[in-house]
Amino acid sequence: MRSILIAFGCGLVFALGLGLSGLVDPARVLAFLDLTGDWEPNLMLVLGGAVAVYALGARQVLTWPRPWDGLRFQLPTRRSLDQRLLLGAALFGVGWGLAGLCPGPALVDLAAGSADIVLFVTAMLSGMALFSVFNRFAPER
Amino acid sequence: MQLLPLLASLAGGLLIGAAALALLALSGRVAGVSGIIGGLLPPRRGDLDWRLAYLVGMLGGGLLLNAWVGLPTTVPVSRTALIVSGLLVGFGTRLGNGCTSGHGVCGLGRGSPRSFAAVVTFMGVAFVTVFVTRHILGGI
Repeated sequence: MRSILIAFGCGLVFALGLGLSGLVDPARVLAFLDLTGDWEPNLMLVLGGAVAVYALGARQVLTWPRPWDGLRFQLPTRRSLDQRLLLGAALFGVGWGLAGLCPGPALVDLAAGSADIVLFVTAMLSGMALFSVFNRFAPER
Repeated sequence: MQLLPLLASLAGGLLIGAAALALLALSGRVAGVSGIIGGLLPPRRGDLDWRLAYLVGMLGGGLLLNAWVGLPTTVPVSRTALIVSGLLVGFGTRLGNGCTSGHGVCGLGRGSPRSFAAVVTFMGVAFVTVFVTRHILGGI
């Protein structure tokens, strides 16, 4: 029960942060990505602020023997760069640049139930499901 | 540049970082939205409830935001572009093991070289994509 409440609370505050930051508005994200147009630099502060807080806190937290509610920290262990990482990031970059939506903000925007967002999230979940099928035939080594 | 949106963006960023940090400190998990959703496709026993709770929390945050300040309801591109974009975001974030939250916030925050490479790649490609669609194709 505790782990459910923690996840729920963290997801909720994360969503409020996305809302406050402006990242939930695809028009503003596209303006941020439009370097040669009417560029909106504010969103750089979102990533900068978030990374700064996380970096300072994680340095402390990761010296703990275990998380407050859990047996161990579950962090990615792979270190090397590979084709899947870079190709995946590039495909994501094209998608992000096309509509100005990434998974977190899209999910938050879903709460308004608009047709555009429902269409995007449906396509996004389909893309993820397609990957699951693809990954069954060409699993990561 | 107006001061209020700038402060809101900074405050939002700090809140995002704090929420992601709280998940790490409390549960020991990475707050990567694409990974949290992707872990449900297909769902695995014993790994379901916290993922659903996180996503329901995000939707709950969305409902609060929608009631307080309103959420955007339109995306300024065509439906075809929306579908192609969604498919690429979904497939790409799973193939690349992360999105703006997992690689961007948590990965950069831990100083991960893989996340740094991923963020440079997806941001660079997104800048180029917007340049092409807006200034060469003249809108999609």
